Amino acid sequence: MGLKKILDNLKPTFSEGGKLSAFGSLYDAMETFFYVPNETAKKKGAQIHDAIDSKRSIFFVIIALIPVILFGMYNIGYQHSLVAGCEAECGVLCNFLYGLAVMLPKIAVSYIVGLGIEVAVAQWKKEEVHEGFFVTGILIPLIVPVNCPLWILAIATAFAVIFAKEVFGGTGFNIFNPALVTRAFLFFAYPSMMSGDKVWVNQNYMDCINGTIDGISTATPLGQLGAGEAVSYSAMDTIIGTIPGSIGETSVIAILIGAVILVWAGVASWKIILSTFVGGALFAYLLPYGDAEALNFQWWEQLTVGGFCFGAVFMATDPVTSPRTEGGKWIFGFLIGAMAIIIRVLNPGYPEGMMLAILLMNIFAPLFDYCFVQANINKRAKRAAKK
Amino acid sequence: MANVIKLKKGLDINLKGKAAATISATNASKTYGLVPDAFWGMKPKVVVKEGDAVKAGDALFVDKKHPEMKFVSPVSGKVTLVERGDRRKVLSVQVEADAQQQFVDFGKKQVNSLNAEQVKNALLESGMFAFFIQRPYAVVANPDDTPRAIFISAFSDMPLAADVNVALKGREQEFQTGIDALAKLAKVYVGVNAGSILAGTQNAIVTQFKGKCPAGNVGVQINHVAPINKGEIVWTIAAEEVAMIGRFFNTGKADFTRTIAVAGSEIKQPQYKTVLIGAKIGDIVAGNIATDKKVRLIDGNPLTGQQTSTEDFLLAHSTEVTAIPEGDDANELFGWISPRFKEFSVSHSYFSWLMPKKKEYTIDARIKGGHRHMIFSGEYDSVFPMDIYPEQLVKAIIAGDIDRMEALGIYEVAPEDFAVAEFVDSSKVELQRIVREGLDMLRKENE
Repeated sequence: MGLKKILDNLKPTFSEGGKLSAFGSLYDAMETFFYVPNETAKKKGAQIHDAIDSKRSIFFVIIALIPVILFGMYNIGYQHSLVAGCEAECGVLCNFLYGLAVMLPKIAVSYIVGLGIEVAVAQWKKEEVHEGFFVTGILIPLIVPVNCPLWILAIATAFAVIFAKEVFGGTGFNIFNPALVTRAFLFFAYPSMMSGDKVWVNQNYMDCINGTIDGISTATPLGQLGAGEAVSYSAMDTIIGTIPGSIGETSVIAILIGAVILVWAGVASWKIILSTFVGGALFAYLLPYGDAEALNFQWWEQLTVGGFCFGAVFMATDPVTSPRTEGGKWIFGFLIGAMAIIIRVLNPGYPEGMMLAILLMNIFAPLFDYCFVQANINKRAKRAAKK
Repeated sequence: MANVIKLKKGLDINLKGKAAATISATNASKTYGLVPDAFWGMKPKVVVKEGDAVKAGDALFVDKKHPEMKFVSPVSGKVTLVERGDRRKVLSVQVEADAQQQFVDFGKKQVNSLNAEQVKNALLESGMFAFFIQRPYAVVANPDDTPRAIFISAFSDMPLAADVNVALKGREQEFQTGIDALAKLAKVYVGVNAGSILAGTQNAIVTQFKGKCPAGNVGVQINHVAPINKGEIVWTIAAEEVAMIGRFFNTGKADFTRTIAVAGSEIKQPQYKTVLIGAKIGDIVAGNIATDKKVRLIDGNPLTGQQTSTEDFLLAHSTEVTAIPEGDDANELFGWISPRFKEFSVSHSYFSWLMPKKKEYTIDARIKGGHRHMIFSGEYDSVFPMDIYPEQLVKAIIAGDIDRMEALGIYEVAPEDFAVAEFVDSSKVELQRIVREGLDMLRKENE
């Protein structure tokens, strides 16, 4: 095959001692991108292997994200049209293309910065480039407000990849979900870019009206609740997702389609997703914001607004930063759901609690594992002592 | 009626080329070779010289630490080669077979009239004892120990593995004699599957296991019947080898003939063959290999066996020889996104879950992915039917943390118990190698 030949011919150039050996891991990434490695099993050990590999598993996360990405692009355009007052002229396609134009640079920045660092580190450590960042790199643009400037996004991505991932040893060793660390970095380093009611709608290219509008105020449901106001969106709006918010988090429907794909492909743990919703629902019921009628907000709507769904499905289920034991997964999810609601309702400073809840539970994940593993160890020790 | 234990976790891998239940003889090999590495954990001291004449049953080498434990020639003939590798490690001792086979006469024995010491000595002398494997460490048993129990799994559910019901058909009496002999040494447990011809075994505690692979692993069975505690020693031995011991007491001859499966997608006529341990693999598969592709020959089944070649010798514990495509010239494009309908996977990102359960797969020897750190959780756990956390144990071994290995139950496992987990692992970690190293590390530390 032609392509194989080209790759094989190039191999010596990129191998140790070759002219371009500094880009060896990039070459390797390209080769395994095109071809399944021909490496066969060692003399001893399992001689056959399952066809699944981490590349395919991780790619299925991206497939699961496609509905969210497409809807997110549309919603960027739709929200923009709403404030610009041109929703009548601008149809679905127009809104989508507008969103695409806003979104693509963000995706490009996230991938270029993140993958650049990953490839450089892989080369330095003489390892293969791991696929993990393909997911992180698409998650990052989805969880930031649409108005986040690209240079800030680039700094945040670099911070997360270096300090949340590579310093711990790379994919498989990180303690915190790197995408959430990006968001947390932005949240604390550039708070004005991350919250309030001016960041959620793109106001850069207001071409469909004459002139520009400055500082349009569009609050998210959680922003309104945090300020003690009534929610101006119906439950239907929040479920379909035609509300302001971080790009990927608004549509419950799109996220649930992704959840089905993830669980079906076996990439995400259904235990974590389910227990997060159970924990969230229980605490949403126990801790209402106030009078449901006056606020136009039922307790269960907590689960449909903000980053709850997106966090539960795409963030909490990160296999590396969630518990490794099955029992631990139940507790982990439940506490994420509970903690997210507690922060939302009881902490006046933060209208949204999902990010902090997941990051907090990332810290505790090894503790949950410890409890279950230690129980097994104790059981064994007891059994031996009885004899 | 035997106790029935149902196991939920596991995975049956349905490979093409299962052996048909016909048994035929193999042509005799010119030379036979006994490979010390098949008796893991012992240091061989060769007691013959090249040119020596031996009978079937004469010692070729003994264990340095326990010279009373003999490893005997399967054939009579002339010792032609003591093959050595790096640092003079003995790779094999080869014997050119006589046309007329002569056996050492150990004398027929009535098992019931023997005591434990006599049984043990007879087994040590005849080379039969070498087939015991002890846990902890999954090494050749130490004759000085008194094991808490002896466990036998009378079935294997590994892909393409020989069916004990075929291999031991008509030899139930020999198996019973073997059990009677073992019962003199310790309490004997036998694990059987549904429909086993050995379910009626007397003088032992018979337990029936229902479940997916690796329910046939003796380690899994021990874990469910009477788990091993720290400081305890149990011995295990294969069903085929129990029958061999029975035959030894009945005939007085050390006869290492066994019935193995010759199977796999690259075998023209998968079937059972009677062979002698140490026979040339080439003679076993002669004329039976599909020659159009590069083939990987495996001594054992594709999950726990090891790569072999036509020039190698059948290892002591082998119950099957299998052949699968090597596949190193596959050059498959875009594996991470193509549907790949022919592939088998536990993951629903492939389509094998849609296929009928009866569908047989041809799986080649590629590892089908890059080596990664452990990323996805729960993979090992779902195919590891023991009350042990496999991932944590493997990590403890990688870290070299001996206390933690012990606490997590390493003395209950053998590398083979991790075979299915190694198969499903999307990070392609060599679990069996790691567990082997962990066991060896622990043994070195404790002895």
